[in-house]
Amino acid sequence: MKTASSLSRVQAETPRFTLLRATAAIVWKDLAAELRSRELLSSMLVFALLVILIFNFALELDARTRSTVTAGVLWVTFAFAGTLGLNRSMAVEKDRGCLDGLLLAPVDRSAIYFGKAIGNLMFMLLVEIIVLPLYSVLYNTNLFNPGLLLVIFLGSVGYIAVGTLLATMAVQTRTRDVLLPILLFPLVLPVLISAVRASTGFLGGAPLEEILPALNLLIVYDIIFIAAAFMVFDYIVEE
Amino acid sequence: MSALEVTLKHEVHVVNDPEATKINPMIDVRKLVKRFGLKTVLRGLDFQVQPGEFVALLGPNGAGKTTFLRILASLSRPNLGQVTIAGHALPGQAAAVRRRLGVVSHLPLLYNDLTAEENLRFFGRMYAVPDLDRRITEVLELVGLAARRRDLVRTFSRGMQQRLAIGRAVLHDPDVMLFDEPHTGLDQDACQMLDGVLREVAARGRTVVMTSHDLARSADLASRFDVLSRGVIIASVQRKEIEPNDLLAFYRQATAGA
Repeated sequence: MKTASSLSRVQAETPRFTLLRATAAIVWKDLAAELRSRELLSSMLVFALLVILIFNFALELDARTRSTVTAGVLWVTFAFAGTLGLNRSMAVEKDRGCLDGLLLAPVDRSAIYFGKAIGNLMFMLLVEIIVLPLYSVLYNTNLFNPGLLLVIFLGSVGYIAVGTLLATMAVQTRTRDVLLPILLFPLVLPVLISAVRASTGFLGGAPLEEILPALNLLIVYDIIFIAAAFMVFDYIVEE
Repeated sequence: MSALEVTLKHEVHVVNDPEATKINPMIDVRKLVKRFGLKTVLRGLDFQVQPGEFVALLGPNGAGKTTFLRILASLSRPNLGQVTIAGHALPGQAAAVRRRLGVVSHLPLLYNDLTAEENLRFFGRMYAVPDLDRRITEVLELVGLAARRRDLVRTFSRGMQQRLAIGRAVLHDPDVMLFDEPHTGLDQDACQMLDGVLREVAARGRTVVMTSHDLARSADLASRFDVLSRGVIIASVQRKEIEPNDLLAFYRQATAGA
């Protein structure tokens, strides 16, 4: 019979490697599961397309108005579709006790946060990649502007950074579907405002000096939200 | 044999008795208190388990069994008291405790959209299990699911999912196993298969704590029976001190005054 101390097979690793390995494992798991079920992506995508279509029919757009509302419509679409994805992503973990399975692993719990956040970011970016050309066609607007793409990336990072944290909190309540947007939108407002301003600037061909303050704010909010989420995630998941 | 005779034959041991406490227990819990708001669930609970022991934790609904197991699993923080597992104190050394712990609850803790093998691969990566391919094969054979390794978990019956959940929990060869009502929702055949796996798990020298409502199954599996009621262990008996048929009477006697 093995002695108690000889049983454990867990390898000794440096904390940084453990964090990277566990983060990568969670991202792989989320991608593999989503590739099979396509539940999260399809719901986000259908919702995003419906929002774009509704705005297209609701707003009587001439060429001038179109350029001024584009950034707003885009970010409303991304924010609503993102909320749907965040809810679904954490519900999968909670409903079958899988979140406990993750919390039982001998890894820094930040790895769970970063793994889930990177997975969510990839899904959101994928939806955005599909939505952008459709929007360009429907609204007859060229959205393939490198500056705009940078803003979309930075805005999505900030949105997912705080969204993943709040989704983890909301999923532990009975009213998770309602609670997430109520908590998320007020907190993520600075990111959305900066993103809309910077997007409008790039779409309107404004000089870089005019766009830079909004872009800088976006970067600062991203850093603050990621750092804050990193610090508090452990307390949120513990009873 | 009547319940009264059982009472006379088997004296109920209170675990707080210092003489009952041996040296270097694998699980050592002292004066544990857990509150949820104004409600106190665990009230100064003391509990020790020696290496290799299989303890069945019995008790009525709401006694605090699951809360207690969640604290042992480092999923919940106690308000007061000391918890030490394999020499590591909780919550300060939680990561070290988790390395030596395997947990099975009535929920499978598995991903429906991954195959059995992918689920084990994912958890193996989380635990940094060396030689993972070989270990996955070993574990799937242990729980009798080697032939279904490439099937999605969503296609598994409840019993198969529970066996795979045990596979997930033993993947990293933990020293201590915690089972929270593992038989919940299983039919008789599935329960029997699960018992076989539980015996196999315990036979490898692991320390096991299992909460259960099923006295008959507990009598078959455990080496000690503790009764938890209203947040404290009110009675404890070794298997060698009691006939399996008398366990129900022992349990009724212990919980009668609680």
